Amino acid sequence: MSDEIAVLGVGMHPWGKWGRNFVEYGVKAAQDALADAGVAWSDIQFVAGGDTVRNGYPGYVAGATFAQALGWSGAQVASSYGACATGAQAIATARAQILAGLCDVALVVGADAAPKGFFAPTGGDRPDDPDWLRFRVLGATNPIYFGLYARRRMEIYGATELDFARVKVKNSQHGYTNPNARYKKTFTIEDVLESPMVSDPLRLLQICATSDGGAALVLSSMDYARKHTTDPVTVAGVSTVTPQFPQTVIEMPNFATDSAATQPLPDTPFKDSIAQLAYEQAGLGPEDLDLAEVYDLSSALELDWYENLGLCNPGDAEKLLNDGDTTIGGRIPVNASGGLGCFGEAVPAQAIAQVCEVTWQLRGEVGDRQVEGARVGLTINQGLFGHGSSVILKR
Amino acid sequence: MSSVEKPQIPAVEGWLRMDEADPSLLGTRCEECRTVYFPPERTFCRNPRCAGSSFEEHPLSRRGRLWSFTNNCYPPPDPYVASDPFEPYAIAAVELEAEKMVVLGQVVSGVNVGDLKAGMEMELVLATLFEDDENEVVVWKWQPVAA
Repeated sequence: MSDEIAVLGVGMHPWGKWGRNFVEYGVKAAQDALADAGVAWSDIQFVAGGDTVRNGYPGYVAGATFAQALGWSGAQVASSYGACATGAQAIATARAQILAGLCDVALVVGADAAPKGFFAPTGGDRPDDPDWLRFRVLGATNPIYFGLYARRRMEIYGATELDFARVKVKNSQHGYTNPNARYKKTFTIEDVLESPMVSDPLRLLQICATSDGGAALVLSSMDYARKHTTDPVTVAGVSTVTPQFPQTVIEMPNFATDSAATQPLPDTPFKDSIAQLAYEQAGLGPEDLDLAEVYDLSSALELDWYENLGLCNPGDAEKLLNDGDTTIGGRIPVNASGGLGCFGEAVPAQAIAQVCEVTWQLRGEVGDRQVEGARVGLTINQGLFGHGSSVILKR
Repeated sequence: MSSVEKPQIPAVEGWLRMDEADPSLLGTRCEECRTVYFPPERTFCRNPRCAGSSFEEHPLSRRGRLWSFTNNCYPPPDPYVASDPFEPYAIAAVELEAEKMVVLGQVVSGVNVGDLKAGMEMELVLATLFEDDENEVVVWKWQPVAA
């Protein structure tokens, strides 16, 4: 298809708490992606940077910082920020350049060095910023929102703490041998259920940590790719949708939903609409997926994504999990990488890292966490303030 | 409410009717499409099918049904002003029937996650968020309606 592009190379700097500069993680990931692609840095025509945040603005305005660190080459540049969805925005920018014929080959880089503990807003007295206000007035940390979603599953579907713990255990079993993962150990149900409660029903081991890490992609036109490889992984869909009014599910960092009293509900709720656009672009549906990387900011949130992706009907996610369907070897493995449960989150790198994992899976290069025969994979996440993010890859 | 003599001020100017007998969140309503907003919109209507830019104040329903709930077991970071020693507190998402919207709020002190159940009727009350040297800062909190 003419609207596909190729993933020529992928690279990552391992996730962790390394205490070094984010530029170092991004450059290492970029160098690995260039080597993987067999493309020289000097041949890259366009750099799309995912921005980290420093003091409330895009730190070092990331795309140019990575380009300078790799050695100024005159490449064109763009920088993106969409909170957790930052990586998808950078991918979408590079893809648009390639599909428009404005460049043949692009580098996408995102990296972060994250503070410890709860994410918190930039300081000062800033009552016109909803993100500042939700901390000031409610003390509503990110896990508060995750806790509301988790409790909602328990209240309407009968989900249990044990179900949520099983997600964490599954993901740890998937990812503990992943060389790029931060938590290289398996957890038991008891480990999870004995960890301290943070935002009931979510315990420490069910909530995503903040991590350092970097990820990069070399993307190209199909014509350019054919000079380098005969069977590249391709990007068949990229979704960066926003919600439709009225948005009736409470979303970070808001105090309230939109009112649905006067206006008709959208045909598709926001979180369902994220994958829907990627499916439409790819001409594929949930039944075509061989694996998915979803944003398990909390273990319970992974279950919501099963339903938003159309892997099962609303209320059936616990059954899908408990039947083993989403475990490697099952019908539709989810978070074969280990997910955020094994990585923690390096915000501007995470959506790019999801694409790295699916690319390696489709090439059959991941060893003991391999999803056998995988041909189609999807990534999905969501950034605060209403940023959708989903990529479909195939081979 | 606390008994100190400090002046009471709302946590956010213009969001609260500071009437202990009849407290309410102060939303706005678009004069064209009648859509209600909280926090209050005052400039442009966010309904994409409406070009409205005039709003009237619209106090929100004081009661609603509990949509979901959780709690803070650890003190939130700044700019939250946490009690010392910190006491965990619950946060509720309450669905207002007339407005068809869900509004977050802290739950009153002494009501914990174990006391809550989705679908419960909840009522908005005024309560102290924190006190500083000059003022008692007042916020809305959700309280189960006594059965």
